[in-house]
Amino acid sequence: MFVDFLFALRRHGVAVGSQEWLALHRALKQGLIEDVDDLYALGRALLVPGEAHFDPYDLAFLEVFRDAQNVDIKDAITAWLEDPIPIPDISPEAFEKLTGMSLEELQRRFQEMLEEQKERHDGGSKYIGTGGTSPWGHSGRHPTGIRVGGESRHRSAVQVAAERRFRDFRSDATLDVRQFKLALRALRALAREGREELDLDETIDKTCRDAGEIDLVFRRERRNTVRLLLLMDAGGSMAPYARLVDRLFTAASELSHWRSFDHYFFHNIVYGRVYASIQRLQSVPTADLFRDHPPDTKVVFVGDACMAPWELMASGGSLSLRQSNPSSGFDWLLRFREHFPDMVWLNPERERYWGHETISTIGRVVPMFPLTLDGLRDGVDSLRRRRAVVPVSMAGGGRH
Amino acid sequence: MVRDMSEVTLPAFEGTSSYIASEDLGRAVNAAVALERPLLIKGEPGTGKTLLATAVAESLGMELMNWQVKSTTRAQDGLYHYDVVQRLNDSRFGEGDISDIRRYIKLGVLGRAFSSQQRVVVLIDEIDKADLEFPNDLLHELDQMSFHIHELDEVVAAELRPVVIISSNAEKELPDAFLRRCVFHYIEFPSRDLMERIVAVHYPDVDQSLLETAIVRFYELRALAGLRKKPSTSEFIDWLFVLMRGGLSAEEVAVRVPFLGTLLKQEPDLQLARQRLA
Repeated sequence: MFVDFLFALRRHGVAVGSQEWLALHRALKQGLIEDVDDLYALGRALLVPGEAHFDPYDLAFLEVFRDAQNVDIKDAITAWLEDPIPIPDISPEAFEKLTGMSLEELQRRFQEMLEEQKERHDGGSKYIGTGGTSPWGHSGRHPTGIRVGGESRHRSAVQVAAERRFRDFRSDATLDVRQFKLALRALRALAREGREELDLDETIDKTCRDAGEIDLVFRRERRNTVRLLLLMDAGGSMAPYARLVDRLFTAASELSHWRSFDHYFFHNIVYGRVYASIQRLQSVPTADLFRDHPPDTKVVFVGDACMAPWELMASGGSLSLRQSNPSSGFDWLLRFREHFPDMVWLNPERERYWGHETISTIGRVVPMFPLTLDGLRDGVDSLRRRRAVVPVSMAGGGRH
Repeated sequence: MVRDMSEVTLPAFEGTSSYIASEDLGRAVNAAVALERPLLIKGEPGTGKTLLATAVAESLGMELMNWQVKSTTRAQDGLYHYDVVQRLNDSRFGEGDISDIRRYIKLGVLGRAFSSQQRVVVLIDEIDKADLEFPNDLLHELDQMSFHIHELDEVVAAELRPVVIISSNAEKELPDAFLRRCVFHYIEFPSRDLMERIVAVHYPDVDQSLLETAIVRFYELRALAGLRKKPSTSEFIDWLFVLMRGGLSAEEVAVRVPFLGTLLKQEPDLQLARQRLA
């Protein structure tokens, strides 16, 4: 049953490893877990890596322990105690010495507690629903001298879990923002232009050369000089990838190592105006980007690059009624490349669809990478290597 | 594994006279102490993450060593620092014995905690302020509770593993390998009952009707949708103090929210609250 709990957790996306699972067993052996409430609280403290996973934890806990209504939980815990995952470097004698009580005694105390709990039923929790009652009822006691917390009405672990208070903390994105950040961090060009700092190696070297006459050498701190301009497609076809793009945006905006960071949105492809917000209400002329951002700015497009060919190639191809476009999206893209030699396009669409006409056309102007961790790494690599600028006429003359 | 008998007989942490801990927090602290794992505390700003370490140290009767992490802090700073500039200076001006490198090795907070003869509490405060790699750089040291001083070729190893408490405001996510080694606790915003108990610790003789009205108003305010920064426990305590000082009655607090600026610090939040509460 408790192994069920482990697998239920993993099924709900709480990646519990053996190290954490063993830690829970150690807690049990040390007598820290005496009732279901302790199990709920310590299980959460030891098995769950962050509050974003509290909600899946609650769900897994409910799943296992609600279904266990017809099972004798006392037997289950006793069985668990009798057959814990062996911990190699602790002998039964050592264990007894540590906890100050034998395994039998621990089991007996467990049973006492469970019996006491079973006698006191509580009249149902609406989440648990049809069955009506949780087998443990309210446990109003506080063993091991732990001071009673704030709740005057103490609720059982299952009821606490059923409340799902941590629903709002869910963010299945958490892991990846960090990974995106690490990948983006490689995008830097260090130059000495910060504050002055002591150059220790040089000072020692000069001092030795001067036969011990101290000569302090200063130099400027190293600063990152990379400017980043992020342009994101906020069109309808991007909706399935909204969360993924949001992670990338979060990662890029939270990194503080840029010299400057700006972001705009577009619909399918850039035309004469780009938008300041995802709702595309306020816009600025695209030409202003060329004025406000020097040519060494790294430009990252994010979009599926998938549209009707005329949307990309035709003058007046914009779908937006608010925006007429005398120049085609493709022309704008060429202007971008003329001004910003370092550009990449990150595409969340799977690579096998990249044969699509507009995708391959855009890919010939802007190097395209999949919007995955590896793709981002490759894209960052490509941005770091300054590529030879292909003459505009050649790229423009490609087959459409 | 467990080497020392003392932690089994340690008193359980139950909060102190000036710090009210929820039951789950007590469990997490006791588990961290018993299992000798770092305790990672997260929560909204102003929910008493830093105060917790003081309370744990006080309740366990141990010394507290505080390591305040800043954006420029490196993992090495917590271990030791070899003051090569001082040594260079001394060599030039002939002060002290420069052949004794030991004189120029200054232990950091972790270094002092590991070499302490008593078991101590170490607070690594706001770990998320530092560089992304900072937690990873400390993995080995926190796991083994030891490190190597290259200049002396010596190992500093803790005889008594300190109780390590780490606080984080969740500005940056922490690496998985690091989280795996911690006991994790998220300090939830206190319920009304807990809030009353917290207030009682700070202002034992507050007027009950004022307190009750203030708490109702405060939770109303927190429930407003669209606030950029919800007021925290510490702001509530401040607000209550201002209300008491201003001699305001429960009736006055019931009809309006005086001194709103004590609770909300951002102009858009203030405007929002004024509109909705009016």
